Formats: sequence, structure tokens, C-alpha cells
Amino acid sequence: MAQPDNFGFGEEATLLKESARKFFADNFATDKLHGMVASDPSPERMSECAWDRDLWQQMVDLGWTALAVPEVADGLGMPVAAVAGLVEELGRAAFPCPLLSTLNATYVLAACGSAGETALGEITQGRTASLAITNKQGSWEAAETDVTCEQGKLTGTACFVQEARKVDRLLVSARTAAGLSLYWVATDAPGLTIKPDAIVDLTRDQAHIQFDSVEAQAVSTEGVAALEQAMPAIWTILAADIVGAAEWQLQTTVEYANTRQQFEHPLGFFQAVKHPLVDVMVLVDQCKSLVYNAACAIDTEPERAAEYAHMAKASASETAAFASGRSVQYHGGIGFTWECFVHLYFKRQNHSQMLWGDAVWHRARLADILMGAVA
Amino acid sequence: MSKSAREETAEQVAFRQYCRQWLKDNRPGDPPVRLPLSPLEIMTEAQLTYLQKWQKSAYDAGLIGCDYPEAVGGAGRNDCQRVANEEMIRAKTPFMPNVIGLGMAAPTVLYHAQETVKEQLLPRLFSGEDIWCQGFSEPGAGSDLASVQTFAERKGDKWVINGHKVWTSLAHFAEWMILLLRTDRSHKYDGLSYFVVPIRSALGKGVTVRPLIKITGETGFNEVIFEDLEVDDIYRLDELGKGWQVAMTTLLHERGAGELQTPRSGGMKSKATHATNTSNLIELARNTVRNGKPAADDPLIRDRIMELVVREMGLGQNQRRSRVSALLDHPARLLLQNKLLASEIAQDTGALAVEVAGASGSLYLGDDNAPAGGQWPMAYMNSYGMTIAAGTSEVQRNILGERVLGLAKSK
Ligand SMILES: Cc1cc2nc3c(=O)[nH]c(=O)nc-3n(C[C@H](O)[C@H](O)[C@H](O)COP(=O)(O)OP(=O)(O)OC[C@H]3O[C@@H](n4cnc5c(N)ncnc54)[C@H](O)[C@@H]3O)c2cc1C
Repeated sequence: MAQPDNFGFGEEATLLKESARKFFADNFATDKLHGMVASDPSPERMSECAWDRDLWQQMVDLGWTALAVPEVADGLGMPVAAVAGLVEELGRAAFPCPLLSTLNATYVLAACGSAGETALGEITQGRTASLAITNKQGSWEAAETDVTCEQGKLTGTACFVQEARKVDRLLVSARTAAGLSLYWVATDAPGLTIKPDAIVDLTRDQAHIQFDSVEAQAVSTEGVAALEQAMPAIWTILAADIVGAAEWQLQTTVEYANTRQQFEHPLGFFQAVKHPLVDVMVLVDQCKSLVYNAACAIDTEPERAAEYAHMAKASASETAAFASGRSVQYHGGIGFTWECFVHLYFKRQNHSQMLWGDAVWHRARLADILMGAVA
Repeated sequence: MSKSAREETAEQVAFRQYCRQWLKDNRPGDPPVRLPLSPLEIMTEAQLTYLQKWQKSAYDAGLIGCDYPEAVGGAGRNDCQRVANEEMIRAKTPFMPNVIGLGMAAPTVLYHAQETVKEQLLPRLFSGEDIWCQGFSEPGAGSDLASVQTFAERKGDKWVINGHKVWTSLAHFAEWMILLLRTDRSHKYDGLSYFVVPIRSALGKGVTVRPLIKITGETGFNEVIFEDLEVDDIYRLDELGKGWQVAMTTLLHERGAGELQTPRSGGMKSKATHATNTSNLIELARNTVRNGKPAADDPLIRDRIMELVVREMGLGQNQRRSRVSALLDHPARLLLQNKLLASEIAQDTGALAVEVAGASGSLYLGDDNAPAGGQWPMAYMNSYGMTIAAGTSEVQRNILGERVLGLAKSK
């Protein structure tokens, strides 16, 4: 199937993106973010879970958490292209919230067919969720998990669970006699313990989750297939978040390079600063174009979805690293301080860079698709 | 917003149909000669004749000069050149030989020449009967174009021109040149003026064209020497001292950021042409043995090829996104990146191919054992033409930094 020229990014998507941009600009300036998440600079601090629940509730009321939920589960069934537009704005604001994690769970549940509908219905109702599918080694392969399920009870530990302390539900992958299956469980279920990780990123929380014979609702026995089908969307929306954050890094650094004077010139006069900033822009644009291409493929050309989404996330991981490095470097000494806002994005981007596969990981999979796997 | 940007007018819809049908019936057959990689490497009369014939047929059919007024030989349509371009590229036609004429001279002449001059010159430019060249660069004026020293001195209603242009692509075939020169030595920018001047008809009468040999061993660009060439005043474009502003029209169109779409076609390959792209690179890696295994199985090689695949696709998707207004931050941001990215991706692809080929990467066109007939080292070397010509990559980064990001102007 051919993709539409405009990525399927129509009027509805345009309005959503514009209103999201305005929403974050009006309600969540970067100083507010800093005040909220950066109160404790101690390197030994436990990761914080500070977030603006009131603002989040407004987002839920706007229907943003139900955007990707299919219409059969009373969601809005919006295309991934439109969702990516919203997430780009979320990334620009670096707003701490469980939107990405809930969208991730949504895509996996939607890939489970009718088996996912009950859980999806809860998301439509405003419940938040996250995936608990990663093992201790942090493998990004769909089939890896250290959790097992026997007689409907989960045992073991899921690691690197995003926004664990912000969400109501977890979608857990667990090994069973029948293969890899998916389970839906409340975060306050008896026997479930959330053990927060002390992470660098101040705009997220992350934890490992210990399951001690936790009763859970079975969703699907086709876990690997559902995860593999959903991963392209998960990579793509994370890449969209990276694009938004990188654009913030670019514009903030450009502004500084236009203001700060040395040797009787603004910093941007010097090509050792100017040219790499152009290279940041080039990467952001490459990544943004690849994100909407991938999103559009998921919506309209699913046979290419994985290929294009690998490209998007490979590009995004490179963009995150390069934009972050340059943003700190060109702020000079002030950029090296806790006080300067660039560190918030630097840390968010470094986290996003690795999350769900770094550039090398995605390129290796892309090569398998385009060049064939190596025996 | 984004929708209407792609909604076609009735004229465009009908014209597209017409182009498609015409191309179906009239697309030229396989070229009888090896086509060079681009029009700037046309070396033989046989190549030129074949390509000129194609350009003329496309012009006669109305696929070139679509949006120019009828009075100057255009088709008087509204925003239809892009339609013709899309259809020609889809049909994989040969490229057009008069690239500098179509892309740079035509819009400049249209916006800045006298009516009679437009009527005289543009029809034969569009048809490709007159090849055009661009006399901007000089031994002392490259990136710093405004320091050109070629000089025109007034003599009655004529001008007498003396000077030395270099790197002049296609001058060896050219009837006409767009020429940036100086009419006043006391002002760097305001002392510049702009002319169109005859080349072929003036050979031996004030004009000398000497081919320069490129790094690849090919010819294609030249030095052009003016010794007391006399030119009528009607061939001056715009006012005296406005040469720099006129040159901006040329450069804007050269960079694809001008108002008029440049006629573009291409995609047809002769047997020996070989595109510098990643699918050919993957083919090469499959056919090259490294440590007893296909190079395509080496994880490091795979990673580097995939890096280029991502960049190549990114550029293609940039072009797609540049037409979706809701996904743009700045009107020229993507357009102005095109040349920089295309040339650097081609360069890095060529470099990696030569490396992947290993020892065989040392073999050139004359060697029967050379992978792809030696075209990879050729393409790699040629890519430096692209990163140097039409504003070097460094100059492109200055332009992007200053015009798009708003950073302070570098010297
Ligand atoms: C294949 C080919 C075809 C060409 N065809 C034509 C043609 O048809 N007509 C025509 O008029 N010209 C033509 N040119 C010339 C071309 O426009 C010039 O070569 C180009 O503008 C660079 O000028 P230069 O060669 O004098 O290099 P220079 O300007 O001397 O540059 C040398 C190096 O210094 C760098 N540099 C220079 N200034 C700066 C700066 N401010 N900041 C950072 N780096 C800088 C450059 O990027 C480059 O790397 C052609 C060139 C090539 C290679």
C-alpha cells in the first residue's frame, strides 16, 4: 500500500499538535520544570517522582491518553502520525508524565485484538499504564523477560519499567508453559513491589517491579507477536519525543549563541559554534522526517513499519546524543551547572537515547531487514 | 493547511494527465552513448546531441518553461513545472543538458533582462539549442564571489570586457554565458554588474575557452578568458551596479529556493551509468569477500551502510515533508539543506564503497576487474565537485546558520 504524500498528517493532527504546543507553552515553562524536579542535586539521591498531577488531569480530560485507543474500545483511534505530533510537543516541554508509557501499553494492547479490549477500556477511562517487559540485562528483544506465570500468578522481576510510580496498571510479559503471555495488573496489587531506580534523568521515573505470586488478569498468549507488532509505534513515538526535545536544545543554544559575546562577537559568529549547530538542525530535521514517515507506515503501510521505525529511532538516538552534547558545550561553564536548564534535557535525551534500543541496535535490525540476517 | 498545499488545481490535474500520456508515447529509447553522471560531465558531441534532442522534444511538447509567459517562449501556465518534473522523473527520462540555462540563466534573464532580450534568448534556452554557462568564479573569487575582478568598460553604447573566469562548466558547448563582473573598482558590492554575453559566436573574437581537466580525468569545466570582448548595452541585466542583486536571483534559483521551479528530469540510465546510492552499495558488499566471507556479513560494515541508509531516507523524507506546512518550522529550513545533504551523502557513500571494495577499490575505469566498472572511485572523486561547486559545504553551513538559525554573520 502506498503512503499518502502528507504522511496522513491532516487537519485534525495539525490542530492537536498546535493545541498541545500552546498547552505546554502556557502551563509549563522550563523554570517550572526545573523547580519541580531539580530540588535535590545530590548525586546519591533516589530518583524523584515529582510531577504536576493537576496538569496531567487536564491532559487526560482533553482525551490525550485515549487518542491511540481504537474506537472499538471507545477511544479516538487517531493515527500514529497525529499521536507523534502530540508527543513531539510533549518532548519539547520535557513534561514528566505517563503519556508515553500509557501509549506504549495502548499499542501493545491494540495488537492483542479483542483480548486487549477490557484493558483498553480502562485506558479510555483515564487509567494510566506502563510496560513491564524488560529483563535484568535490559534486553530490548520482545521475547526476553525474567517474569514467569503459573496458575495465573506472576513471579519474578521486571526491570527498567518506565514511569512505574506514576501509573495505575502494568502490562506484564511473562513466560508460561504456553509461551510468552501478557498480563494486566494494578500497581497496588498484593505481592507487587515497586523498587525505584536511582536514575540520571530528572523528568522520568523508572523502577524494577518485584512480583511475588501476584494475581493478574491474562490478556493474551500471543505475547511475542503482539509486542513485535507494537514495537514500531513505540520506537516512533519515543523518537518523536526526542525530536521535540532536540528542537528545544537547538533553539535554546542558538539563543545563547546570539546573546553571549566573546572576542567582540556573539558566539554564533564563530564557525566552530555555528557549523555544529547547523549539524544539530540537520539531524533534528532528518529525524523528524523519518518519524512521520515511520508513523505513516504504521498507519498505512504496515509491511514497512518495522524498517522505517528502526530508521526513525536510530536517527533519534544519534540526534539525542549530538544535540545534548552540543547544547552543554556551547553554553560553556554555565552549561556545566545544575542551575542551567540544559541539563534537564541533556539527561532526558540520554535516557531516551538508550530506551527501547540505541542507534547501533536499531541499525543492526535494519540491516537484517535490508541485507538479510547473517547466518 | 497541509491538505490544501497538495490539492491540485484543475489545470495541474489536466496537465499531469497530458504529461503522462505524452511521456508514454515519446519517452526516448535507450541512449546510444554512455550517459555521464550529470550534465556537468558531458564530454562528447554524441552525448550532447542525444540529450539536446530530448530537451527539444520535451520543450516542444510544453514540458519545459511551463510557468514562463508565452511571450518569452514559455507555456504561460500556473505552477505546472513541478507537475511536469514529477512526471518526467517518474518516467525516468534522460536529464536535460542545458541545466545552467534552465536552472539559473532563465529566471535571471526573466526577472532582469529587457523584453527584447528575453524574447531573443529564452526560447532557444528552453529548447536546449543554446547551451548556457555561468561565469561567476575567478582565480581570486570563489566563495567570496563579490570580489570578482573581470571588468567591463563603457565605450559608447557598447561595453568592452576583460578578465578571467574559471571552473566554467559547459563553456565548451555554450552559446551564452551569464556573467558577473565589475564596472566600478571602488565599491566591492555596488561596483558589480551583470551581463549575458555570447561565447561560441565570439570564440577567437575576444573569447577563449580552455578545458580544465578534473580530478577524475574527465573534462567538463573550463577557463574562459575575455580580451576586449565587445558587448551591446542591451545585454546588461538590470541597472549598473546592481550585479550583486541580480546574482542573488541566480543563486537563489541554483539553491532551489527561487520562485520559479527549475525544469528537472532524469532517471534514465545507460548501461554503464551507476548510481551512487545505498542499494548499489549493498550489492557491492554482497559481492565482495572479506576474511573469507561476504563483506555484507561484517557487522561493522553493515552498521556503516545502515548509517547511510538512514541519512539517504532522511533526505528523501525531508523533501516529502517540505510540502507539509504543518510539519515545518521555517519555510526555507529544509530546502536550504538539500544540496548540502545530497552532496555529503553521495560523498560518504562513495567513500564507503571504495573502502568496502577493499583491494579492488584501487581499480579504475580501464580495469576489467574493477567493481562496477570502476565507477565507485569515479563517483567518490566526483562527489567533491558537488561539495565544492554551487557554494561549498562550509558556505552552505554559513547560510543555514545565518538565514535559518539567525546566528551572527561570519566573515
Ligand atoms: C565541478 C565544479 C563545477 C563548477 N562550475 C562552475 C560554473 O559553472 N561557474 C562558476 O562560476 N563556478 C563554477 N564552479 C566554481 C565553484 O563555484 C567554486 O569552486 C566555489 O564557489 C568555491 O570557490 P573556490 O574554488 O575559489 O574555493 P575557496 O573559496 O577558495 O574555498 C577553499 C576552501 O575554503 C573554504 N572557505 C572559503 N571561505 C570560507 C568561509 N567564509 N568560511 C568557511 N570556509 C570557507 C571553502 O569551503 C573551501 O573548503 C565549479 C566548481 C566545481 C568544483
